[in-house]
Amino acid sequence: MAENILEVRNLVKYFKTKRGMLHAVDGVSFTLERGKTLGLVGESGCGKSTTGRTILRLIEPTSGEIIFEGKDIRKLNRFQMRHMRKDMQLIFQDPYSSLDPRKTVSQIISEPIKANKIMTRQSEIDERVAELMSIVGLAPRLFNTYPHELDGGRRQRIGIARALAMEPKFIVCDEPVSALDVSIQAQILNLLKDLQEQMGLSYIFITHDLAVVNHFADDIAVMYLGNIVEKAPAEELFTNPLHPYTKALLSAIPIPELGAQKERIPIKGEITSPVNLPDECRFYKRCQYACDKCKGIPPLEEVAPGHFVACARVAELN
Amino acid sequence: MSELTNTSSDLVLDIENLAVRFETDDGIVRAVNGLDLQIRKGRALGLVGETGAGKTTTALSILRLVPKPPGVVQCDKLELNGRDILTMQTKELEKVRGKEVSMIFQDPMTALNPVFTVGDQIAESIHLHENVSMTEAQKMAIDMLELVGIPGERAGDYPHQFSGGMKQRVVIAIALACHPQLLIADEPTTALDVTIQAQVLDLMKSLRQKYQTSLIMITHDLGIVAEICDEVAVMYAGNIVEMGTLEDVFNHTRHPYTEGLFNSLPNVNDRKAKLKPVPGLMPDPTDLPEGCPFYPRCQYADEKCKLPQKKTYVSDTHFIRCCAYDRPGFHIEREEKS
Amino acid sequence: MSNPAFTSADLRAYKKRSLSQEVWRNYKKSPSAMIGLVIIIAIVIAAIVSQFVFNYDTDIVQQDIMNRFQPPLTEGHLLGTDQYGRDELTRVLYGAKYSLAVGIVSVAISCLFGCTMGLIAGYYGGVVENIILRFCEVFMGIPSVLLGVAIMTAFGQSLAVLMLAVGLVYVPMFARTARAAVLPVREEEYIEAAKVSGVGDLKIIFSHVLPNSLSPIIVQVTMGVANGILSASFLSFLGLGVPVPAPEWGAMLSSAREYIRDYGYLCTFPGIAIMVTVLSFNLMGDGLRDALDPKLKQ
Repeated sequence: MAENILEVRNLVKYFKTKRGMLHAVDGVSFTLERGKTLGLVGESGCGKSTTGRTILRLIEPTSGEIIFEGKDIRKLNRFQMRHMRKDMQLIFQDPYSSLDPRKTVSQIISEPIKANKIMTRQSEIDERVAELMSIVGLAPRLFNTYPHELDGGRRQRIGIARALAMEPKFIVCDEPVSALDVSIQAQILNLLKDLQEQMGLSYIFITHDLAVVNHFADDIAVMYLGNIVEKAPAEELFTNPLHPYTKALLSAIPIPELGAQKERIPIKGEITSPVNLPDECRFYKRCQYACDKCKGIPPLEEVAPGHFVACARVAELN
Repeated sequence: MSELTNTSSDLVLDIENLAVRFETDDGIVRAVNGLDLQIRKGRALGLVGETGAGKTTTALSILRLVPKPPGVVQCDKLELNGRDILTMQTKELEKVRGKEVSMIFQDPMTALNPVFTVGDQIAESIHLHENVSMTEAQKMAIDMLELVGIPGERAGDYPHQFSGGMKQRVVIAIALACHPQLLIADEPTTALDVTIQAQVLDLMKSLRQKYQTSLIMITHDLGIVAEICDEVAVMYAGNIVEMGTLEDVFNHTRHPYTEGLFNSLPNVNDRKAKLKPVPGLMPDPTDLPEGCPFYPRCQYADEKCKLPQKKTYVSDTHFIRCCAYDRPGFHIEREEKS
Repeated sequence: MSNPAFTSADLRAYKKRSLSQEVWRNYKKSPSAMIGLVIIIAIVIAAIVSQFVFNYDTDIVQQDIMNRFQPPLTEGHLLGTDQYGRDELTRVLYGAKYSLAVGIVSVAISCLFGCTMGLIAGYYGGVVENIILRFCEVFMGIPSVLLGVAIMTAFGQSLAVLMLAVGLVYVPMFARTARAAVLPVREEEYIEAAKVSGVGDLKIIFSHVLPNSLSPIIVQVTMGVANGILSASFLSFLGLGVPVPAPEWGAMLSSAREYIRDYGYLCTFPGIAIMVTVLSFNLMGDGLRDALDPKLKQ
């Protein structure tokens, strides 16, 4: 029986802005099995990064439960939370701004070890750093170099080594390959996959790139304006998308093969502003099937085993 | 076959042996090294490659926009519609830019001037190049806006009132306002979301057909190339390593680097397939290897690869720079498709 | 997975190329900055050496009425003598110590208080930031001369009070510079990364925020020394600085003022000394700003 490492229930994060309440994350629920990957997909502004950061409590959620290994981490105090962070790590999108330019590679990787006082002897720490560097494929001669002397791929490897330093069980990967070139992107994806197999890591993989998430994730949740509109195993989502937004999104991916392009399902207009949202399906304004049934936010319902959709007209449309 | 008879009058752009280097304190950066490129009227070329391959520098040399110093541009031939760009006077060059060739940049946020309305910015471009009054140019600007799918009444709005996708549409409207023969688009959709990218690509496709504009599409995304280009040139370390029609490059891939690019992409149809990335990194442009720039990363490399590579035609439309095919029976792992 | 192939000593052998070396490499490129640096070193050496060579009681303050108002280039008095017959050159050289001391100590005071306030304001934001910024605004609303005069009259005239007065006047400037430098750094992802790694706030401020917002502060410090010297001279000129007969440049200017018609050189030399020192610090500040500017790095 697969065990859930993480369960998120009804997570909400609102930001107060001058124009009104910004609904960044608006009632998101999901579970993540140990050793698996959940892909969080969506376009910019859909709240996927905020969701990732709220789970780690880098941003305090407005409401909801985040249950990690059976404990609701929202109830932990600062000290307990710091302890908990050993098990929950984050890999950043931008390999440039996520590494302190004034620190050497070894200082960056050893920071979590020192901060949590895992080791105190310098020689011990150095050896651990060297071990981590070899795990992520960084040459030992880079030990004392500065990040600005290195390329994006190597920088991202430093970020991964830093995240692995505490031997975490769960990592939020926030667009870890979006800033990288394709050939380097593939190297990093393979590395993350190998690490998952070796260490039994669980990932939340946040991305806007559907081809990457399809390759990488076991389950995929599609987000739109702070809501999960569809969630299914990767294979199922790609072969049998049910939500109109998912369908449009999938048809928009350019495929690097001749004659492979599917017919485009157009969506009207652009993403709606997440400020002061009316009480209707979030996709209402852009959906070609929108009708009166779409007033009121549709709940995420299971339509097939493991396949959840939030659409009022899902039955009649498919 | 009209496609094969390249009469010179048919060529919009003709570049021979282009070399661009930047002389910096840390050494000479060789950005482009001996590149040849021809584009015929109405065709769309995808210029593909990774960061630092020299795609943008090539585009900037066509407009003579490479900053000098530290840039030094040299070539045997750089002709736009049969006219030499390199020796052109500044005045003449200004007329050519925007009128005969225009460029769309990656970031629509910085390409527009925040203190002028979008209508004025389009009209200004028309007024500069066409022999019309400002009021007439304003009218034409509104037509252009509607053409790219923005209601004409928004001509009086300022750039910050538009979203990213809309701004890129405005940029396209400015670029196409004078119906140039050649449009250079430098990663025009990289900053946009997938669904918006799809809208912009569809728009570019239809406008190109309408005006018979030639297009150079600079991108790192082979999917975009497959969607809107007729020909592909794959760049690596400042030169084109493989060039041909879409069919040639996608289905009859020859160069090991092109193969590596395809293998690095996740396959949408087969999610279990393991990615086979190209090992190693792009060579340092201040210190390029002597022969084929790709040989340190190439799994098929042998001693001969350390010598300078010649352009070899595998078919009338398809050439590579790779000497591996001199070996009898050599082929890469990627399968041929028909 | 353990048993690394490299020991700690092996790894330490890979040489570290420090950022300060890089800054120095950039700094050397600017001739004006180098001139500034050379002059400052010369002034510092002069200030130190003159302490040992000259005796304060016999060479600096002892009057020699027989020899008053000797013009420059007379034998034994290269720059002439003042109204009490004291050697002008000796006094100017000896006076370098006051200006340097006031400049450096006052900047140290304003930097310490100002930067701490700025760092806290910039890093935490919100109410704390608001209070600190409003305080700075009120402080800056008082004319700095008036503030200096007030402090000097309240606490009495001495070198220490002069340093304190000049230092306090420049606290808000440092606070604002530091806060402005911290703001962009606060948004960087490596700050968030440090939080995820379990690093505490104080450690983050000192090991990540401060080193990355240092460049504008360093520039402000060098410029501040120049400002400090000017303010100190100014207060002394008003008779509120270092008490006579100490050869502070401002004080020397002030006492020479009466003789400006007949013995103009008495004003000229301390004036030149102030100008050259301030100029050198400004040149150094400009050079440092260019050398530290990340935009010039590749």
